[in-house]
Amino acid sequence: MSQLTVSLYRYNPESDQKPRMQEFQLDLPEGKDLMVLDVLALLKEQDTSITYRRSCREGVCGSDGMNISGKNGLACITSLSQVVKNNKLVLRPLPGLPVIRDLVVDMSLFYKQYERIQPYLINNSPVPSIERLQSPEDRAKLDGLYECILCACCSTSCPSFWWNPEKFVGPAGLLQAWRFLADSRDQATEERLAKLDDPFSVFRCRGIMNCVNVCPKGLNPTKAIGHIRSMLLKQAT
Amino acid sequence: MVRSVTSFGRSGLSDWLLQRFSAIVLALYTLFIVGVLLFTPDMSYEQWSGLFAQEWVKIFTLLTVLSIVIHAWIGLWTVGTDYLPKVWLRLLYQSAVLLVLFVYLIATVRALWGF
Ligand code: SF4
Ligand code: SF4
Ligand code: FES
Repeated sequence: MSQLTVSLYRYNPESDQKPRMQEFQLDLPEGKDLMVLDVLALLKEQDTSITYRRSCREGVCGSDGMNISGKNGLACITSLSQVVKNNKLVLRPLPGLPVIRDLVVDMSLFYKQYERIQPYLINNSPVPSIERLQSPEDRAKLDGLYECILCACCSTSCPSFWWNPEKFVGPAGLLQAWRFLADSRDQATEERLAKLDDPFSVFRCRGIMNCVNVCPKGLNPTKAIGHIRSMLLKQAT
Repeated sequence: MVRSVTSFGRSGLSDWLLQRFSAIVLALYTLFIVGVLLFTPDMSYEQWSGLFAQEWVKIFTLLTVLSIVIHAWIGLWTVGTDYLPKVWLRLLYQSAVLLVLFVYLIATVRALWGF
């Protein structure tokens, strides 16, 4: 058995004036590398009021994004060996969004930005009888974009999104904006670009690359933002 | 989305481009001045004012100060919209930046063409 100290962010708006960090001691089974989500499940056995989101527990649904010892990630696919230092684990909610309770944040602003980029194909030509075909090359352009699970790890690690969450689309939304700009079946390229040309939506990205650093799916929003920028430049010159 | 009335070019793209162009001008002028200073180690007053008597140096200098104005405004406007959420404080800050940049510009024109 080895001992683990977990420092957990606690906040219950009904009883707490302000958030606090609570320490827990945990005995870990020897010879097993638990995931952070397993640790949370063990803690919940000690204290049933601990609140967090999770669903698939295999890195697919994107519901358990949180700040794990200082870095955003999915609790279900982050192992203790990756993050525990000096037998200590610190768990906080995703930074920059309002906390509803403990590790649960209000994602409304994040979704609002996602909605704003119109995350669906816009194509007004008559629908073919079977499907809209793409060449393998055109389809390949969507690789590295469609895999996003909207966990918000990237946007909530981005200082530009912290300061202007109502105006800056954020890395997750911009990755998807590029996903539809790059899609050969989409016909709304110009309208999409026109909505992104203000000083905030795209251009608030300062290339800090925190987003790339944390994405649990290994995606690269900064690169997508660069593509959007060159597309805007091409259109406007 | 509501247009930003206080941003320089009012479009993210033009601000972004201007920021890059002005940076290039600033870099070229820095190289120019450093080069001049390196090649004339004991610069006399006559040499220095002779340099700035040339029309192209005056124009290059004015272009550089204009670039400073543009570059600083776009950059500091961005900083203000990041860190100053209170509107009155932001407007105060923006006015102060504008005032300083305006003084830079007037002082440069005066120094170059001497009126
Ligand atoms: S880009 Fe990566 S970090 Fe961002 S929401 Fe998508 S999967 Fe999560
Ligand atoms: S690269 Fe851009 S979007 Fe990504 S974290 Fe930095 S500022 Fe945010
Ligand atoms: S529980 Fe679904 S991604 Fe972690």
